[in-house]
Amino acid sequence: MTAPDRFLDYAPAPESTSILHLRDSYGLFIDGEFTEGHGTPFATISPATEKHIAQVANANAHDVDLAVAAARRAYERSWSRMSGADRGKYLFRIARLVQERARELAVAESLDNGKPIKESRDVDVPLVAAWFFYYAGWADKLDYAGLGANPRALGVAAQVIPWNFPLLMLAWKIAPALAAGNTVVIKPAETTPLSALIFAEILQQAELPAGVVNIVTGAGDTGAALVNHTDVDKVAFTGSTAVGRAIARSTAGTGKKLTLELGGKAANIVFDDAPLDQAIEGIVNGIFFNQGHVCCAGSRLLVQENIHDEVVDRLKARLSTLRLGDPLDKNTDIGAINSREQLERIRRLSDVGEAEGAERWTAPCAIPEAGFWFAPTIFTGVTTSSTIAREEIFGPVLSVLTFRTPAEAIAKANNTPYGLSAGIWSDKGSRILAVADSLRAGVIWANTFNRFDPASPFGGYKESGYGREGGRHGLAAYLASAPLEPARVAAPTARKQLKK
Amino acid sequence: MTSATAPTASVTTADAPTVLAPAERAIQTIGGDLTEKSLRLHLEGLPGVDAVGLEARAAGLGTRSIKTSSKAWALDTIIRMIDLTTLEGADTPGKVRSLVAKALTPDATDPTTPRVAAVCVYGDMVPDAVRALGAAHSAGRDDGVNVAAVATAFPSGRASLAVKLADTREAVAAGADEIDMVIDRGAFLSGRVGLVFDQIVAVKEACRRADGSYAHLKVILETGELNTYDNVRRASWLAILAGGDFIKTSTGKVAPAATLPVTLLMLEVVRDWYRLTGERIGVKPAGGIRTSKDAIKYLVTVAETAGEEWLTPSLFRFGASSLLNDVLLQRQKLTTGHYSGPDYVTVD
Repeated sequence: MTAPDRFLDYAPAPESTSILHLRDSYGLFIDGEFTEGHGTPFATISPATEKHIAQVANANAHDVDLAVAAARRAYERSWSRMSGADRGKYLFRIARLVQERARELAVAESLDNGKPIKESRDVDVPLVAAWFFYYAGWADKLDYAGLGANPRALGVAAQVIPWNFPLLMLAWKIAPALAAGNTVVIKPAETTPLSALIFAEILQQAELPAGVVNIVTGAGDTGAALVNHTDVDKVAFTGSTAVGRAIARSTAGTGKKLTLELGGKAANIVFDDAPLDQAIEGIVNGIFFNQGHVCCAGSRLLVQENIHDEVVDRLKARLSTLRLGDPLDKNTDIGAINSREQLERIRRLSDVGEAEGAERWTAPCAIPEAGFWFAPTIFTGVTTSSTIAREEIFGPVLSVLTFRTPAEAIAKANNTPYGLSAGIWSDKGSRILAVADSLRAGVIWANTFNRFDPASPFGGYKESGYGREGGRHGLAAYLASAPLEPARVAAPTARKQLKK
Repeated sequence: MTSATAPTASVTTADAPTVLAPAERAIQTIGGDLTEKSLRLHLEGLPGVDAVGLEARAAGLGTRSIKTSSKAWALDTIIRMIDLTTLEGADTPGKVRSLVAKALTPDATDPTTPRVAAVCVYGDMVPDAVRALGAAHSAGRDDGVNVAAVATAFPSGRASLAVKLADTREAVAAGADEIDMVIDRGAFLSGRVGLVFDQIVAVKEACRRADGSYAHLKVILETGELNTYDNVRRASWLAILAGGDFIKTSTGKVAPAATLPVTLLMLEVVRDWYRLTGERIGVKPAGGIRTSKDAIKYLVTVAETAGEEWLTPSLFRFGASSLLNDVLLQRQKLTTGHYSGPDYVTVD
């Protein structure tokens, strides 16, 4: 046996794709069946190789009509009449099927999205199952969701999700909606429809009543037709702030309930008493997890000035051990950028960063010839006025800024139009609590980063959106309080009398 | 294990600082006025360890998938890094001869199988081990097999310094190439870091041979008794400052013995020491590593933490006994394409 030149050049360990049984083309999933779309079908490709995966139907306004009508029928005839316990059974069944087909889903996700298999296998798909399990448990306990007794479902939910966590965002949207008794029309991103279409097969396998979940594939015009549909009661969107703003404008005054989960430019604050080795891991996980395609990514590193050089040195050494390449290789740390368009955006913003005087450092790694790739990159000497400290890059690019005091760290962290997440690294518990209290961000991680749990609400301040997903709070987005009945208004008086 | 509480019991009086043995590394790192207080301040100034983050990183490293040619290289490297160990009250010359035979010829069916790094025995068995090795005893050469002896009232370390030093000198005089000493955990936990330091310095000196060369000193921290990761980091640093050539996790007599997070942490310490001084210190996890799969996780952790330079027997060892046979089974599987069974490798 010949030894590898370096042990660290681990021999290839690719996950087999033989578990996938893909069709050549996929239709829209409407009323429990796959149907042809009326728009021009489009291809989905693997961003790691640019190879064709499958042909996918494109939903036009007519198809969206059909999907919303199917969802309405299902809402009125079956789903809203079903007991919470029975809805829960379907959700439990879906969760178990996700676990059963976990490997298949992980391979599909990595193939279509470009994320490393170790992330789709160990993070995305297990969280998808966890989300369905969690909300399955809520389905018959809605009286305790914080909205009083007998809260009611809203009706038909229109949901539009992004390409960075295709299946996980689908779970974040569908699980609470169904638990609360709504029916759903969901549009996956046009570059990553594959896992949603396999999920449609899982819904058939679970024998979910037809029309409860409808999946319409397509691009921005499909999404616009969906969120602007007049028979939709609820709109939930995850994606860019620009599109979120347009949706807020178009749904204003329609009575549709709206939740938006948009961009971010999170500060990851490292104090000089931080557990340094773990902080380095946290910084790496914060910005290079999923190639930085994470709305809550820790893209601004705020490091205390007295440890700046040491942190940057250690970070560079650590980044040099990251392995970029085939997303299906089990040892890959950094996969492919999801699309050419996104790659160009990352390149453009990185060039702006360099032009504005920040110092660029790129991890030494070979870039494959085909596909879309961007090596992990650090910018030092970034100031609060730099473009790369203001704009969301949504890629594996870290901007390093410094601070001197906790007050300065807080001021710099909050100085952004966004407010989705933040991280604090310190061994001092009291400092963590005090700083967290002053940060205007929806999620704050202490001595960790990018951790998700279905029981924990997630959402942003300011331009990062409104509404919360996850936890009990996530149910509120899909429920309305029961109208107050006269008897219940009178109840306090009655109780008083009893006490006498 | 996250708490940063240091053993800070006050044992020195403010007006009479305890002056420590002038170990070269400590003087260069901390300064000439080496006292228990200056040592303690230095150790307490080390960054803390976040237990959750450390364990998550270790688990992440454990998911690396090592296949085909990388696996073959890893298995051979593991064998070359093993300190094949017998540390029983029931050890006899016959048992030691059997262990040595296994060390020299791990797999009689495949002569390409490398030898292990060393045999590790109690001090009184060193003459038997040396005799059994004969010409194969490395005795300072690069090839051959070393004899390692546990010393200093192993495993508890509960004896006077004089006894510990006599124990060490006797093993070195009998031909031990490596001394595996234990630190005084009681002293460390009660804050007497100066005492722990001075004892390591003294044992190091006892490793000196007549010709002026030194037996290699491995310092066993017994991490299972130190309990917190912060303690492990400080004890590792202390052992290096006092002159240890290797830092070793455990005696194998206390549970938990070696774990991947603890080994990762100790590798971070030797990496930091190298960044600071350019000097490479070895690491030896011992106890509890029984399968090839686990051992490969350790190799990955070494390579991705300290660097590939550490993947050599002079800088990384496994203290183990049953690990060798599992590696041999895996090696046979890679060569022949099928699994055999426990009767196709020899008991030692």
